[in-house]
Amino acid sequence: MDIKLMISIFPDLLSGAVITLQLLVSSMFFGLIIGLIFAILRINKNPIINKFAYGYSYFFRGTPLLVQLYLIYYGLANIELLRNSFFWVIIKEPYWCAIIAFSLNTGAYTSEILRSAFQTIKKGYIEAAQSLGVTKKITFYRIQLPIAVKQSLPAYGNEIILMLKGTSLASVITIMDLMGEARKVNVLTFKPFEAFITAGIIYLFITFIIHNIIKYLERKYGFQT
Amino acid sequence: MELLSFGDTGWGDELFLATLMTIAVSIAAMAIGFLFALIFTPLKLSKKKSLNIIGNCYTTIIRGVPELLVIYLLFFGGTGAAMYVASIFGHDGYIEINAFITGALAIGIISGAYSTEVFRGAILSIDKGQFEASKVLGIKKNIQFYKIILPQMLRLSIPNLSNVWQITLKDTSLISVTGLVEIMRQSYIAAGSTRDPLFFYSVAAVLYLMLTFLSMKLINKLEIKYNKGY
Repeated sequence: MDIKLMISIFPDLLSGAVITLQLLVSSMFFGLIIGLIFAILRINKNPIINKFAYGYSYFFRGTPLLVQLYLIYYGLANIELLRNSFFWVIIKEPYWCAIIAFSLNTGAYTSEILRSAFQTIKKGYIEAAQSLGVTKKITFYRIQLPIAVKQSLPAYGNEIILMLKGTSLASVITIMDLMGEARKVNVLTFKPFEAFITAGIIYLFITFIIHNIIKYLERKYGFQT
Repeated sequence: MELLSFGDTGWGDELFLATLMTIAVSIAAMAIGFLFALIFTPLKLSKKKSLNIIGNCYTTIIRGVPELLVIYLLFFGGTGAAMYVASIFGHDGYIEINAFITGALAIGIISGAYSTEVFRGAILSIDKGQFEASKVLGIKKNIQFYKIILPQMLRLSIPNLSNVWQITLKDTSLISVTGLVEIMRQSYIAAGSTRDPLFFYSVAAVLYLMLTFLSMKLINKLEIKYNKGY
């Protein structure tokens, strides 16, 4: 093990880690919106809407993230119609393709997490709100949503960590994230252990921080039964 | 549809073989994962602090770093390590480790970390009274494990192991970066030579969906079978 090399490549890897964090934050943000929309569609009583949302989450949870990434990065560029539209500005950039793929993927998992949280809310709460004459909209925003969010915190924390690991796939479509930088070091120096172990330490560090933030939030806002 | 025909003109037979390869790698990885889990679960449950730390390090590190990193480390690092070992024995030159073995080993290490957590949870959920009762009856420790704990542990962990299987199956797509011709790699090759990535990656997605769907059906059957007495 060449400790000197590990220290010298550290700044490069950190600049990659910034890209990784950017990818993570933006895809978690869009993924949360997508997940929330699909969770609401999933608890809808209309069977067509319901099935559609189920199909979405089934597809994105049943196929590897790599397939989804390739489908969006290589596949969408194949459609003539898209290539001539203004979407092309977004789709031709690997960075945006990665964010689209990651957001759709984490959106599917998030919708499952939120749906199960919605379904575990005791019926009594909703009935109590109804009998007090609270409108459906306010019941949803003020009662159902906060409880669901609190209840899904631990599972959502796991999802953030899974997504952090998922962002490493961005390196396959030429994005220089933490993984991409590590690969570059490996190619340039032929020292795979130093390159990947240093990257692994940074990944572990990020995982550790996310884990602790979630733990803190759980303690502060966690749902006590 | 012509693209999917069997024979020289289509990619049907290639994709079929690639699907078999994905299944083979997944099963091998799952089996290797079981071995790792059987080693590390006792360590995690051990009362000795030092053994405990080893077990926790394994699951924490593997579940905290990207799967791709483990694969690259084994693929690039493994070749170097093998060449180093060979040079000690006087063999100089390039050695390439089989992509199937490195792939299955890498995914196996990852799935082993998940299986370890599953087994640990299952053992912890077995009633304490059973350990005490078997102790009172004078049953030896290893017989207690094989005849009493292991069968219950396996039954209790089937639902969670099915999740591990799904993760493992999807993780095998990452081995494609090392050149092993499984579904992902074959679609990449086909997409490259026909210039129709949309079609071939859609086919890959459908193949993966089929695999996850069929394995779910199979596991559900197993679950019903082993829960008969309960």
